[in-house]
Amino acid sequence: MAAAAVLVLPLVAPPYHVLLMLPFMAYAVILLGLNLLFGYTGLVSFGHALFMGIGAYTGAVLTTHLGVRSLEVILLASAVLGALVAAPVGALCVRYVKIYFSMLTLAFGMLFYTFLLKFYRLTGGDEGIRVLRPSLLGFDLGAVSKIDYLAGPYYYYSLGVLVLAAICMWRIVHSPFGLCLRTVRDNPAKAESLGVSVTRYRWYAFVISAVYAAAGGALLGPPTGNVDPTLAYWTHSGNIVFMTLLGGFAHFFGPVLGAFVFIFLQDTVMSVVPYWRLIFGAILAFLVIFAPGGLMGLFAGRRAGEVSRA
Amino acid sequence: MVTGNLVNILMGGIFHAAILFLVAAGLQVVFGVQRIFNLACGSFYALGAYVGASAVNAFTGAGGPPALFIVPLALAGLLVGVVGVVVERGLLAFVYDRDETFQLLLTFALVLMLEDIVRLTWGTAPYSTSALYLAYGQVNLLGATVPVYNLIVIGASLAIALGIGWLLTRTVFGRIIRAAADNREMAEALGVDMRRVYAKVFTLGTALGTLGGALVIPATAAMSEMGIELIVEAFAVVVIGGLGSMRGAFVGALVVGVFRAVAIAVYPELEMLMIYLVVIAVLVLRPRGLFGRVAV
Repeated sequence: MAAAAVLVLPLVAPPYHVLLMLPFMAYAVILLGLNLLFGYTGLVSFGHALFMGIGAYTGAVLTTHLGVRSLEVILLASAVLGALVAAPVGALCVRYVKIYFSMLTLAFGMLFYTFLLKFYRLTGGDEGIRVLRPSLLGFDLGAVSKIDYLAGPYYYYSLGVLVLAAICMWRIVHSPFGLCLRTVRDNPAKAESLGVSVTRYRWYAFVISAVYAAAGGALLGPPTGNVDPTLAYWTHSGNIVFMTLLGGFAHFFGPVLGAFVFIFLQDTVMSVVPYWRLIFGAILAFLVIFAPGGLMGLFAGRRAGEVSRA
Repeated sequence: MVTGNLVNILMGGIFHAAILFLVAAGLQVVFGVQRIFNLACGSFYALGAYVGASAVNAFTGAGGPPALFIVPLALAGLLVGVVGVVVERGLLAFVYDRDETFQLLLTFALVLMLEDIVRLTWGTAPYSTSALYLAYGQVNLLGATVPVYNLIVIGASLAIALGIGWLLTRTVFGRIIRAAADNREMAEALGVDMRRVYAKVFTLGTALGTLGGALVIPATAAMSEMGIELIVEAFAVVVIGGLGSMRGAFVGALVVGVFRAVAIAVYPELEMLMIYLVVIAVLVLRPRGLFGRVAV
């Protein structure tokens, strides 16, 4: 049902709503990765805006400065860069857990934010850089109007990336590797005694989630045509943790639902009042206090718990 | 001339450090006792700034003598700290038995709400007091011209630091706070009402933040983003100094304040970049900070 609806949406829905689906799909990719760290490994990163920023700026620098237009190349370069940065950053961060992990990731995220802000020759400072329209699968779609491009080919391309990302993540979390991550989360001492290197598995999860965040970040750029440092600001990291909690971190599709509800609810609220933060802050407070399982926890009830154990 | 410049930079840094110390001290006392890293302490700072500015404007508008503006300013900054009780009793009290991830997220919810409450109340344009910054004149200090107001704030912050030290080490309440920070169950078993302690501690932490915000306001304009910007600096302070340590907040604030002032003067591109590098270096080499006691 949902799959069919997503497929025909560009044909039936007004372009406005189709365009809103684009950030949703980008965030869904990011959150699938973030939840490998948050839901499955038990580490809350407050610095994942760093990797979204890397992905988004990779796309911008490649298209604007280096003349590379292929979105496949952009995604690949983002993923590789994300992994290259995440490898040393993750190695330092995963030595800590809980609040210390969150703080160290936040510090790295803000380091990158300051870098984006201050090295304006490369990054355009607080103005950011333009993202030129990328070609998809080798097709140069420069002649198509912007709406037709975004609501047509780009929409299906993003959807393809999201589906691919979801399938990969599904395989990851349902593999022995995914099982190890959950053991690391639930009982690190036992995992260690069974021969699972806790820090190494945390590091794997960190790098994989960074690759997802970078790839998703690269998808965020083209719809707006511009990237700026707020993408890498710490509140952005907070927002994606919020989305994950909103959907339900204990469920595989919880983060996807969270991204969807967040994007569309934010749009609805902002069309009425500009104070979406006030309302969303209240929602977040409500979730934390009364429904830490998120929407999936509310709707699926017991089932959510089963899936998290599966 | 050269010393004058140097003194100017240093005094600017120390003024900033004095404000940072107040906010960071609020963060520390809450973390030390309640084990909650309060992301909203920057938002309390912003709230204090706006309320302080409003109070001063109302005061001068009613014909109060400009020389006394610091009285309504400080009073407003302290009084608005009572939101701490509301937040603690109304929100945080529900999540003490939860994972600290949820506590952190709850304070993030506060950040979001307070930012818009400020926008809703005072609008989006920068909000400031009429020119009172130099109401106390300026003094010449080793060739530099320093506003007397800055010296007052630095003095007040020092006095508050000493006051907190006295409170923690010489009073019954301080002993209870330290006992609660050390071993909550034992303190409770010995008859300490933790709910009251938590409410008081959180209010103290909030009031330190709001006072910091109020005191900064004659020198700058209040902006709705000032809270989320300051929290990352306060965060740097407590990491460098060590989570939960008052001495750490003091030294950390000086390090961050002066470092930042020097970086801005020497090579502006480096500004906060330097601070984050110091933070990461401290977290990697000495995760408990310079004065922290609790091992990770």
